[in-house]
Amino acid sequence: MDRIDIHPTHTVDGYKVRCGRPLPFGATLVPGGVNFSIYSSYAIDCTLVLFKRHQAEPMVELLFPEEFRIGNVWSMIVFDLDYENTDYGYRMGGPLSFQEGHWFNRDKILMDPYAKIIGGRDVWGVDPDWSDPYQHRSRLAFDDFDWEGDRPLEILPEDQVIYEMHVRGFTRHPSSGVKESQRGTFAGIRTKIPYLKELGVNAIELMPVFEFDEFENSRRHPETGNLLMNYWGYSTVGFFAPKAGYAATGKFGMQVDELKSLVKELHRNGIEVILDVVFNHTAEGNENGPYISFRGIDNKTYYMLTPEGYYYNFSGCGNTLNCNNPVVRNVVLDCLRFWAAEYHIDGFRFDLASILGRDPWGAPLANPPLLETLAFDPILAKCKLIAEAWDAGGLYQVGSFPAYGRWAEWNGKYRDGIRKFLKGDAGCVGDMAQRLQGSPDLYAWAGRAPATSINFITAHDGFTLADLVSYNDKHNEANGEYNNDGGNDNDSWNCGAEGWTDDPGINDLRSRQMRNAIALLMVSQGVPMLLMGDELGRSQNGNNNTYCHDNDLNWLNWDLLETNRDLFDFVSHCIHFRLAHPVLRNHNHFQNRDYAGSGYADITWHGTQAWQANWSADSHTLAFMLCGRHAKQATVADDFIYVAMNTHWQTQWFEVPGLPSGLTWHVAANTGAAPAYFPLGTEPPLENQQGLLVRDRSVVILVGR
Amino acid sequence: MELKLQTLTANLLDTQALTAVTLITLVGDIDGNTAPGVQADVLAAAAPDSKMILDMTEVPYMSSAGLRVLLAVYRQMTAQNSQVVLVGLAEEIRDTMEVTGFLDFFTTAATLDEAYGLLQLQPV
Repeated sequence: MDRIDIHPTHTVDGYKVRCGRPLPFGATLVPGGVNFSIYSSYAIDCTLVLFKRHQAEPMVELLFPEEFRIGNVWSMIVFDLDYENTDYGYRMGGPLSFQEGHWFNRDKILMDPYAKIIGGRDVWGVDPDWSDPYQHRSRLAFDDFDWEGDRPLEILPEDQVIYEMHVRGFTRHPSSGVKESQRGTFAGIRTKIPYLKELGVNAIELMPVFEFDEFENSRRHPETGNLLMNYWGYSTVGFFAPKAGYAATGKFGMQVDELKSLVKELHRNGIEVILDVVFNHTAEGNENGPYISFRGIDNKTYYMLTPEGYYYNFSGCGNTLNCNNPVVRNVVLDCLRFWAAEYHIDGFRFDLASILGRDPWGAPLANPPLLETLAFDPILAKCKLIAEAWDAGGLYQVGSFPAYGRWAEWNGKYRDGIRKFLKGDAGCVGDMAQRLQGSPDLYAWAGRAPATSINFITAHDGFTLADLVSYNDKHNEANGEYNNDGGNDNDSWNCGAEGWTDDPGINDLRSRQMRNAIALLMVSQGVPMLLMGDELGRSQNGNNNTYCHDNDLNWLNWDLLETNRDLFDFVSHCIHFRLAHPVLRNHNHFQNRDYAGSGYADITWHGTQAWQANWSADSHTLAFMLCGRHAKQATVADDFIYVAMNTHWQTQWFEVPGLPSGLTWHVAANTGAAPAYFPLGTEPPLENQQGLLVRDRSVVILVGR
Repeated sequence: MELKLQTLTANLLDTQALTAVTLITLVGDIDGNTAPGVQADVLAAAAPDSKMILDMTEVPYMSSAGLRVLLAVYRQMTAQNSQVVLVGLAEEIRDTMEVTGFLDFFTTAATLDEAYGLLQLQPV
C-alpha cells in the first residue's frame, strides 16, 4: 500500500518537488526522492542548491516557498535525483550585523550541518580545488546496513582497557604491511584486529573521525619547508559524517559502510569503539575563518559571542560552540544519538568538555542542561561518557565535573601523580595511594565510582611513554612555532641524557621506567588508557604536540614490533593480568575494612615493612595488598595481589605481609628482574615468603594463591 | 549495463546427473543509474531451484547502490532456493566489498572451475 504523500505537487525549474517534512533534519531518502530539512532561528529565506557531484557550478537553485516552512524549519522533497552524483547545499538570507551576531550572506553556499556524507576531501592530502566556492559539500548517504544482530558490547566501564588511536597514524606507515590502498584507514584498522586482540585491549578510542579538513591552517615550516597540516583533526566540519579521507573507499563515497563494517568487526572480536568528539569549537574559526555551515546558517545561535559580536575563544581554537543554547543542545544530542544508534558506537570522549558546561556568555553553569540531557538520554543510556574535564579558558573540573552519576573523567591528576612518583619526586606517596585506588579523594565524596577515573600516563597531548623517559624538555621545533607550543609541565625525566643515547645503563633504566608506568597503570583501580604505540616504545623525538605532522613522526612504525617485542609482551601481559584479576577492577571504592570476613581489609598499605607504609615526604617506597576475597565487593573470589613500588635509587628489602594459611606468594612481574614477568598461570613461588629485594626504580607484583 | 545469458550443462558431482547452470555475464558499471535495470534483468533470467553463476569479470566498478542491488538480487535468488556464485571480481572491487562488509554475504569464486566446484558440479 503506497503512502498518499509521495507524489510531486510543484515543479520548479524543471524539478518536481513537494512540501517536505521537518523530521528528520538533514537529507533523508524517501520513496521517489529526497526530503531536505534545515532550520535557522534568524534566517528569512532559504534556497536549496543542487550540484552535479564535484561540479563548482550549481545545477539548479530551488528557493523554499513560504508554504514549505513550519516554524523555523524549511523542508522540501525533491524527486528523481541521482543520489550518488548529487551534492547539495543551502543559501540563507537574513540580517548582516556584526554586533548583533548575524552573518547571513546569500553569496555563500552552506553545508548541511546534518550531512551524513561530506565531499571535497575525498582522499587524504589531495590538493583541493581552491577555486571551488563550495569546499565541504553535503552528499546523500544510503543509511541501510545489515548489522546481523550486532549491538554495542556494554562492557562494564571498570572492565575496560582503552587504547587511544589515531586512525591514519595506526597503519599509514608502509611497515604496517597493510595493502597500500588501505593504509591509514578504517579498513587498515580492520586488518590489525588480530594485533589488538593479542595486545589484549577491549576498547579503542578513535581520535576525531568526524569529517575535518586536513588542510585547515596548513602552512610550510619556516625553516624546513615541510607542509604542516591539521593531522589530529580536532576541528569539526561535519558532525554526522565520517571522514572520507579515513576510508579506503572514501573516493567512492563508501565511508559510511566502511566505518560501520569496522565497528561490526571490532564488536565481533570483543572490542568496543569510543569516539573522541569535539563539540567545543568548529572548523569555522574566528572572525577571519571561512563560511562552512553554522556561520551562515545561524551564527548567533551556534557560537558564543561577546556583546560586541566577536567570537569567544574558550577552546583556544578561534570560536566556541554555544552548547547550552537550546538549539545547539539538540544538535549535540541528535549527533550522539545518531552515532550510538546508526553506528553502534559504545562511548564518547568529549574534548575540552568543560565548555559544554558554560552558558552562552561563557559563565560556568552549576547544572548544565546539555550534560544533564546527555546523562539521561535513553539512546545513550549505556554509552560511556568520558569528559576531558577542563578547557582552554581556565576551567579545570577534574573531580568536580557535573556528572549526574554517569560521566567519567580523564584524570589529569592520575597522570601528574604517577609521573612525579616515577621520576622520584618527594612528597608523592600520599597522592599515589589515592591514584592507585581510583582517586576516592576526587570522586568518592560525590558518590562517583572508581570507573569515573580514566587513568592515563600518556595521551595524544604530551610525550609518548618512550619520550617521557627520554626527555626532560619538549622539543617541538618541527611544529614551526619556535618550541613555544605544547605543555611545559611534563613531569618527565630523561634518566640521565636528553634524547637518544647508546649508554646501556640509561637505556636499561628507561626500559624499566616504561615497564613501571605500564605495570602501575594496569594495577590501578579505575579505567586504564594506553596511548597507541606505547606498547612498542614509539617516540616522537621529544615533540609533545605533534598535531600537525603527517609523516613518520606520527605514523606508527611496525618494525618496532620486532625491535621492541619484549616491551610489547610485557604490556600485553599486564593487560591480560588485569583482565584476569577482578580484584583490580572494583565497581565501588575500597572501604578500607574487612567486610567479607577474610581477616584482611579489602586494601592495606605497606612499605619496606609489612603493615607499615612510610607516608613521609621523603618516602620513595610504597606497597599495597588487595584481599582476593573482597574482589568486586566480595562477589567473586580472586587471588591476593601485592604490589611493591621502589622509586628510590637504591635496592630495598620489602617485608611482605603474610597470607592466610595455605596460600603462598608467587611472582607475577618484576620490572627490575629478567624475565620481567611470568605468563598467567606460570608464576613461580616467591623464594622467601617473608620478603624480597626490590631493585631501585622498579615495581614488583605478587599473586597470593 | 548489458547482460549476457548462457545456459551450460554440467554433471552433478554426487550423481553424475546432467544439470543446467545459468551463466549470467554482467557487462559495465553497476551504479545508481544502471542498478534498477540490472535488478530487473537478472531476476528475469533467474529461475527458482537453479544453479547460477554471475560472471563479474566485465564489471569494472560497483557503487554503493550497485553493491546494494547486487546483494538484494543475490538474496532474492537464494530465497527461491537457488544457489548463486559470483565469479571474476576484480581485485579492487573485491577489496571494496570486503571493507564495506558486503563480501561476506556472497559465495564467490576466483575462476569458473572453482565456481563449478562450489555448486557441486563437474564440467562435462
